[in-house]
Amino acid sequence: MNLWLWVLLACVLAYLTKLAGYLLPEKWTQDPRVMAYTGAMTIGLLSSLVLLNAVGDGQRLVLDARMVALLVAGLALWRKLPYLVVVLLGALSAAAWRWAMRGA
Amino acid sequence: MSASPAVLMGLSISLATGLYGISFGALSSAAGLSLGQTMALSLLMFTGGSQFAFIGSIAGGGPAALASATLLGLRNLIYGAQMNAMFAPHGLRKLASAHVTIDESVATAMGQPDQAERRRGFWVAGVGVFLCWNLFTLLGALLGNALGDPKTWGLDGAAVAAFLGLLWPRLRSRDTVTIGVAAAFVTLLTVPVLPAGVPLLLAAAAAAFVAWLLGRRTPAGGVS
Repeated sequence: MNLWLWVLLACVLAYLTKLAGYLLPEKWTQDPRVMAYTGAMTIGLLSSLVLLNAVGDGQRLVLDARMVALLVAGLALWRKLPYLVVVLLGALSAAAWRWAMRGA
Repeated sequence: MSASPAVLMGLSISLATGLYGISFGALSSAAGLSLGQTMALSLLMFTGGSQFAFIGSIAGGGPAALASATLLGLRNLIYGAQMNAMFAPHGLRKLASAHVTIDESVATAMGQPDQAERRRGFWVAGVGVFLCWNLFTLLGALLGNALGDPKTWGLDGAAVAAFLGLLWPRLRSRDTVTIGVAAAFVTLLTVPVLPAGVPLLLAAAAAAFVAWLLGRRTPAGGVS
């Protein structure tokens, strides 16, 4: 039930953010500083999310099959493969690594 | 409204984007969200980056997931302002425009040569992505539930690849790479010592701080 609360609250805030763009004075929303900071925070959050999902495990940093997925995904993006293929390769490489290392 | 270039572009973007709805649906159920919660995110939040951020940080608690999804959605504020300047919609149309204001609809609208095409592009991509994204989210969530242990199928590896794929196209200049690396370092340094959820927010703050430093160094770099 608690999780529902956070889901719905996040949905409301996401919609209000979009709507605010239509309602706030252009002088504020079109300010280059606003664009620069929102762009920077987007990069910072995504970069952090990559690492949290690749090596994070609660309060520990762990190297496991997810690191293999990170390397393979990086290679796939560098080769300009489509997004869906990148995601599939991430899954396949992690699963294949676990399968190869089973019992090791 | 038949097959104008804006309509064709909107439809192809809808299909391509909708297909990653499968990965969102599967990863969301792997992250522990119910089918209803997963669908609520796609129907109501409807902004892919924030949805991935929510499920990718929910392990750190509700407040962390809320904050990261909201901060990542701030770019939609700028898109909203751009679309308002372009179309100046009123009443219900304004409320509906706001909901389908996302990366894809804005990019499709801005890529068109005249006003009528921009309008067609915005609505076809916005509504088309909405339909495909939700349909494929549902398929992905059902698939994710059927797969069982997410690790067996490498779904945790898919999440890593999904975030890297969202980050990659934004690393277009030396400054953006600097910001990304700074946020990565802050994350690695703070994960072992701070409660889950906090490192993500510190990384966002560090990114803003580095952007401020870079803006001071190069006053011509767009910061007036």
